[in-house]
Amino acid sequence: MSDADTNEATAAAAEPDGDGSSGTFGSAIKRGEDVPLLTGDGEYTDDIFLRGTTHLAIRRSDHAHARIESIDTSDAEAMDGVIAVYTGEDVVESGVPNTIPTAWDLPGLVQPQYRMLATDKVRHEGTGIAAVIAETPHVAHDALERITVEYEPLEHVTDPVEAVERDVPPVHDEAADNVAFDFELGDVDATDEAFADADRVASVDLRQPRIIPNAMEPRAALADWEDATGKLRLWMTSQNPHLHRMLLSAGTLGLPENKIQVIAPEVGGGFGSKIYHYPDEAVTAWCSMQLGRPVKWQATRSESYLTDCHGRDHVTTGEIALDDDGTIRGVRVQTHAGLGAQLSQFGTATPSYLYSTVLSGQYTIPAIHCRVIGAFTNTTPVDAYRGAGRAEGIYVIERLVDVGARELGMDPAELRRRNLVQPDEFPYESAAALVYDSGEYERAMDLALDHIDYDELRERQRELRDEDRYLGIGIGNFVESAGLSPSGLAGDLGAQAGGWESSIVRFDSTGSVTVLAGTADQGQGHRTTYAQIAAEELGLSVDDIDVVEGDTDRIPQGMGTYGSRSASIGGGSIARGAREVREKARRIAAHQLETSVDDLEFEDGEFCITGAPDRSLHIQTIAHEAYLGHDLPEGMDPGLEETNFYDPENFTYPFGTHVAVVEVDPETGEIEIERYVAVDDCGEIINPMIVEGQVHGGIAQGIGAALYEGAAYDDNGHLQTRRMDEYAVPHSTQLPEFETDNTVTPSPHNPIGVKGVGESATIAATPTMVSAVVDALEPFGVDHLDMPLTPESVWRAMEGDR
Amino acid sequence: MSEHNISITVNGEQHELTVEPRTLLVSALRDELGYTGANVGCETGRCGACTVRVNSETIKSCTRLAVQVDGSEVETVEGIADNGDLTTLQEQFQEQHGLQCGYCTPGMLMTADTFLRENDDPTREEIREAIEGNLCRCTGYQNIVDAIEATANQLGGQP
Ligand code: FES
Ligand code: FES
Repeated sequence: MSDADTNEATAAAAEPDGDGSSGTFGSAIKRGEDVPLLTGDGEYTDDIFLRGTTHLAIRRSDHAHARIESIDTSDAEAMDGVIAVYTGEDVVESGVPNTIPTAWDLPGLVQPQYRMLATDKVRHEGTGIAAVIAETPHVAHDALERITVEYEPLEHVTDPVEAVERDVPPVHDEAADNVAFDFELGDVDATDEAFADADRVASVDLRQPRIIPNAMEPRAALADWEDATGKLRLWMTSQNPHLHRMLLSAGTLGLPENKIQVIAPEVGGGFGSKIYHYPDEAVTAWCSMQLGRPVKWQATRSESYLTDCHGRDHVTTGEIALDDDGTIRGVRVQTHAGLGAQLSQFGTATPSYLYSTVLSGQYTIPAIHCRVIGAFTNTTPVDAYRGAGRAEGIYVIERLVDVGARELGMDPAELRRRNLVQPDEFPYESAAALVYDSGEYERAMDLALDHIDYDELRERQRELRDEDRYLGIGIGNFVESAGLSPSGLAGDLGAQAGGWESSIVRFDSTGSVTVLAGTADQGQGHRTTYAQIAAEELGLSVDDIDVVEGDTDRIPQGMGTYGSRSASIGGGSIARGAREVREKARRIAAHQLETSVDDLEFEDGEFCITGAPDRSLHIQTIAHEAYLGHDLPEGMDPGLEETNFYDPENFTYPFGTHVAVVEVDPETGEIEIERYVAVDDCGEIINPMIVEGQVHGGIAQGIGAALYEGAAYDDNGHLQTRRMDEYAVPHSTQLPEFETDNTVTPSPHNPIGVKGVGESATIAATPTMVSAVVDALEPFGVDHLDMPLTPESVWRAMEGDR
Repeated sequence: MSEHNISITVNGEQHELTVEPRTLLVSALRDELGYTGANVGCETGRCGACTVRVNSETIKSCTRLAVQVDGSEVETVEGIADNGDLTTLQEQFQEQHGLQCGYCTPGMLMTADTFLRENDDPTREEIREAIEGNLCRCTGYQNIVDAIEATANQLGGQP
């Protein structure tokens, strides 16, 4: 059997194995969750009011780097309506563990103290210093102004290269050179050799600016401590309530997990920013514990800009070694990654493992070496933003392929094609340490290029250039690692949490089903998608299924939603649980129909005896019987539910090709997007409408990063982009119509063949757009341009001023 | 701080309330009256999540003081459904998958609803311009444009 056969055989086995007759898996079923969101009934954290709620506002540092000399809170405390004012010292004195822990260790990692409120120094603008609790939000915010803080300002640094190369006062004394970690991946000798042997070398110096996530709902928390039971209830904007429970428990508040209930109600977008354990939500909880009253904190938008973890912030030199025939021989990458002033939860994983391991992209590259220096800077902490690490890595390899094509004078599509991993090479182990599951890269790329009539378009490009019009065609090939797993591997790499997911599939005695899932939705439509999975496996309709997420007291265990893990790991767990439930039902049916399990067929939720279709039992009837418990097989426990923990054997690897066609105005530098085509392969598609929605949103964020977005710090270390009119979240007239298409290559690593799609398009769109604009600028001798590609920067590049 | 007694009609129901001069309309609606459909995304008039209608005109309720709308008719997303049934516009948002997290949706619906009253046969460009002041971070807008276009087509000029 050839590899291709093996691949197909396993792929076939990975499809959903329900009877399929309910026809739900794979259909564009409307989202049930939309109705409350459309009528204003959806409940976000700030919509929840508890009797006696008090309001928290946090005084934040307006210095980038300073020693705190003194804090005087007396004027604030004396204000009418102010209930209490706490400083970092008060938190220390309360004796709670008071750490905001990192959740990813690396060899040699320097892990400085990270407290709920700063006590000695402030290390970035926006660091929390004091907490005011008042009867109304207005009073709490007014009182912030009455707190007097004396600082001794210190020299600051915001750039990750300067942080380690210039002689500056360190952000943390423990890291005198501001290096948090120095990470390497790949084979340095093999790479040096490849470079020495290759015909040519091309290189690029690039920056990936800081992105601010800008979920439309700012972070918020409502804490309710109950003295009598010693229990904390915390509603918060969370992508992973169980992880938040875990990190709050031992690391920060010193409460056992069973005394904390974290509830994520409707969450208005996350994109990574609501994964992390921040000081603010912990302070909200701590204040409620001090006062015995409910405490609510709602971030203002400018607080979001200052405190939500930023993404990206890389400064990179990349090199690619090629032979004249276009064979890629090796890739060498060195990156300074800004981590901000503190190590955020996954802030160390993103620029190390998640980044370096995708540097092979879709290509066969025999030698890869990557070094990443993680630098502390006096800025907001950096962590995973949609596409985390994979977006940065794919950006580098795709830029390198483009500069390589220029170096060779070869068409960039042709250079890509010559190096693609071929379908018969899967599972494919790349030199960057990943084993890709399955893929047909060339098919997806061909489909994308067909959509735009690539060859004709190149012809048109040449013609237009003669008329002084500058068309650009950008190609972005991507493969990403989605659904970080298995737990053992994650642990080996430094993760302080598992990569599994858990769910419960529960019939009740009326035959309806509740699925309790450990993931947590922020707009991805889990309730519909998961219902489709369970309905398919159980032969029911989606209306028979209720999906519950986001409450640690209702759902015992979970890991949450990030890293495109929900459909594959969460959905995989639900499918496995539903199958176990179905098999138990089958045994009950066999017993009651007095036949053997092997003689039973399952169709439309009905178990019937082969060849005797009138002798049958519906799974919903069996559910009733299971709870009656009157007539079950000997030794079988009553009830019909299963708890499943699913720890996948590997990541999944979504892939695809995006193509953008742009025209650049040589007078103004203005970029017009003429076409945007996305071909994605996310394995089996559970709901095509939802998948397409994820792709649209992902492209929007990828284009945003390429053309509009980017945080900026001024010379004083102040964030310049701190309001919505200073940071360009793309609006409706700034984005084109997207044309989307799919190929389907099931993942053999997953029970339902899905790969995940949440981040793919963001990963793809950024290099695609930059590639298109740089392609348009070829006649001006421009090989690369850093993001965001504003009209001014484009115009300057055309003028030869970079 | 001085306080003012004002009276506003929200979705047809009259409310008397006492507010500080600085209380924003969005806070009055959300915190005083419990209409939490209008969301706060930016407090600076930029994102449109707080869009409501005052005397038939859409406004961003974070840019208006409650005292300024004393005596006015306010409509919020809670009031646009007909007797609890979704309107065509709401239905089309669901049908076309014009929302993901839903945080921008109440504001988007108010803007789109008003726009369709003024232009019942819009081009896609016109729709994009109409919703330019309502930011959505999730959808990339295309399905929202689809939803508004489909509504216009279905209603054929009768909102
Ligand atoms: S909250 Fe009013 S426009 Fe953003
Ligand atoms: S649907 Fe999330 S912001 Fe629009």
